Amino acid sequence: MSKVLMKGNEAIGEAAIAAGCRYFFGYPITPQSELPEYLARRFPEVGGVYLQAESEVAAINMVYGAAATGARVLTSSSSPGISLKQEGISYAAGSELPCLIVNIMRGGPGLGGIQPAQSDYFQATKGGGHGDYKVIVLAPASVQELADMVGTGFDLADKYRNPAMILGDGFLGQMMEPVDFEGIKKSEIAEKTWAVGCKKGRERNVHTSLYLDPEELEKHNIKLAQKYELIAENETMAQEYLTEDAEIVVVAYGLVARICKAAVEKARAEGIRAGVFRPITLWPFPQKVLRKATAAARGVLAVEMSMGQMVEDVRLYLEGRLPVRFYGRAGGMAPTTQAVYEEIKKISLECRGVE
Amino acid sequence: MLKQLILAGFGGQGVLSMGQILAQSGMVEGKEVTWIPSYGPEMRGGTANCAVTVSTSPINSPLVAEPDILVAMSLPSLEKFEPTVKPGGWVFVNSSLIKVEVKRKDIKVCQVPANELADELGEVRTANMVMLGAILATEQIVSTATVLEALKKVLPSSKHHLISLNAQALQAGANVVG
Repeated sequence: MSKVLMKGNEAIGEAAIAAGCRYFFGYPITPQSELPEYLARRFPEVGGVYLQAESEVAAINMVYGAAATGARVLTSSSSPGISLKQEGISYAAGSELPCLIVNIMRGGPGLGGIQPAQSDYFQATKGGGHGDYKVIVLAPASVQELADMVGTGFDLADKYRNPAMILGDGFLGQMMEPVDFEGIKKSEIAEKTWAVGCKKGRERNVHTSLYLDPEELEKHNIKLAQKYELIAENETMAQEYLTEDAEIVVVAYGLVARICKAAVEKARAEGIRAGVFRPITLWPFPQKVLRKATAAARGVLAVEMSMGQMVEDVRLYLEGRLPVRFYGRAGGMAPTTQAVYEEIKKISLECRGVE
Repeated sequence: MLKQLILAGFGGQGVLSMGQILAQSGMVEGKEVTWIPSYGPEMRGGTANCAVTVSTSPINSPLVAEPDILVAMSLPSLEKFEPTVKPGGWVFVNSSLIKVEVKRKDIKVCQVPANELADELGEVRTANMVMLGAILATEQIVSTATVLEALKKVLPSSKHHLISLNAQALQAGANVVG
């Protein structure tokens, strides 16, 4: 049997094993708890280390330690827990330590609720913790993609020696869909000559984010910035659906993009030329592809399960060229196909009114 | 073919399992499937529901706002989801526990005394499979043979002796439809 029916959270766990990850440090929180639960059961079978830390803060610092030794290491949480991890993520970025962080988002701010949301976009894509740094952020839209992006996330983290994040929501974590593990990309883990451990006569490897000399720290900041530029140049991913002739382009990520796809099909059936642009990497944002995808557009609609976060990037990267509207639901509520369709229709009427 | 269902009831009635078995069976038949549970501070006796989509083409939104089929295993689930059913759609009512009439006139109703029929089989916990039998006899989403095959795959071999009981439950439900 090539396909198995699995919850998104569990699929991440199995994909981590397939990607050669053998270290997990975390702490349970709804709606991602099936992931640590799954690995608590599976890791001992494959010789992995599963450790439930005393807190999210402890877990991310264990990740830092494991990453410093060159281990492929995973941690996961949901929104409030990811906030707790921000200090450690900033340190890992500063020390250039690769790791994969999973955020299965729930509503906020504060404890918020436990239902799905997308209100951690700013936190994920703009740094999140203190200092000048970026995290590579991947936004899957199905259980299969969740599985596929685990390997991609680890590989990108290793390639650039930088933390990477999978940003999903409670729906993706909780839902079941068929997933094929046989077809997922196998990653070759390159030797990490920078890792700490047995020296065997080589120079001592040190990982720190502490640079007390301002000149040294500025040099380090510039080096990091150059790395981020390189990532932004080479690693953007996006998916387009019927954008070639679209007069209205709906921009959405993750599961919401699938709702928008259904809404666009409904609009197309009524003769409205609509399409969907779905950023797969949220940082780096696929800005060039967005500009290309909206070449024929007269209006853009950003849809999110938040009060409006990604929409700011959409406006930024379109540089005022097109009107950008926003439709969002928050707090654990999801946009319906019908509601998105009605927003598309509204914009379509407005566009025609201008003529 | 695109069928969207909401299966709802009390925690412990097996609505989440019923949905999973349906999704699993759809997958075995090579169809596209999604299953989304309600989650929250759930408990036995509280309310539980899941949304299942089975389709012959890729599924866009897995969220089900307007189900083709509603399965109401308890009164609160009927009250909550009856207004959402697509006009012309089906509601399967567990008439063992629900003694009120379905109010809407634009949807089809199938009354299934699921608990009583399951009791007759000596295992009230098969009420969900009785219900599934009635659904599959009404709407050909998957075949009952596939359901039994899927059960073999998902149940550990120590539970395989229960498959014939489940087959009887599916049949009992199908008989209600006639």
